[in-house]
Amino acid sequence: MMQELSMNILDVAENSVRAGATIVEITVDEKPTNDLLTVTISDNGCGMTQDQVKNVTDPFYTTRSTRKVGLGVPFFKMAAELTGGKFVIKSEVGKGTEVKADFVPSSIDLMPLGNINETISSLIYCNPQIDFVYTRHLEDNEMTLDTREFRRILGDIELNSPEVSSFIREYLAENTTDLLSGR
Amino acid sequence: MKNLAELQALRDEMKEKVGVRKDSEHRMRIVVGMATCGIAAGARPVLAACIKEVETRKLTDVVVAQTGCIGICQFEPVVEIFDADGSKTTYVHVTPEKIPKIFASHVVNGSPVVEYTIGANAN
Repeated sequence: MMQELSMNILDVAENSVRAGATIVEITVDEKPTNDLLTVTISDNGCGMTQDQVKNVTDPFYTTRSTRKVGLGVPFFKMAAELTGGKFVIKSEVGKGTEVKADFVPSSIDLMPLGNINETISSLIYCNPQIDFVYTRHLEDNEMTLDTREFRRILGDIELNSPEVSSFIREYLAENTTDLLSGR
Repeated sequence: MKNLAELQALRDEMKEKVGVRKDSEHRMRIVVGMATCGIAAGARPVLAACIKEVETRKLTDVVVAQTGCIGICQFEPVVEIFDADGSKTTYVHVTPEKIPKIFASHVVNGSPVVEYTIGANAN
């Protein structure tokens, strides 16, 4: 069991990395007026067969041969359902996978979102070959970090070079503060 | 506020020194386990602490990377350091607080922190 939703998000996004995705989109959408928090993680990786999709929420199913459990997706599903929310996974072989979870913020069982910015900056740092599009909404306002835009500006400078990785952290921190304070 | 215009300025600043760095070989590889077991045990702040050390010490010849589950989930968070000569040191139950010592002693000065290794914590 994870302590923060953002750790679940990191864990599920790691599946996209292993699926060979070249683009991973992560969206956190908060709608306090509707008592709704939606998290979506979608990728253009190898996708799953219908049989795999059916089994992926079973903790005792994994495609790995070295062990018999796979807890990432079941943890995320449980975190959503505990709050009275719902979990949907769609996938198609060769096209990609989309995982979407609705949470009910007023539920006492809602895990804190936690340090989502550290989740995003870690993913970008460790996977410089993958593009990440991170969007966070609060009601009608939003902030975005799209590594494709960053790459266009940076040219041959890598996203995980020390100067850029620290810029990315500050970019996330400052834009998040602005979003949450309604500026 | 940080925006794309500022990124452009940073790029121009970096362009001048990029040539030197491009072909430098990585002397050391630091790998953090980031599977479900690692993340649940607290690998993300450990990874963040490693990245910060690399940034503040300006270690351009060291690479920080991630790996999946290596099968010792009970010892997570696990950090493996691969030296240039191919030898591997496995640090177990790592916390962000242990990272500065591992960097100062092992990464910078080549002397592993024995008390944090799997050998010293196997029981």
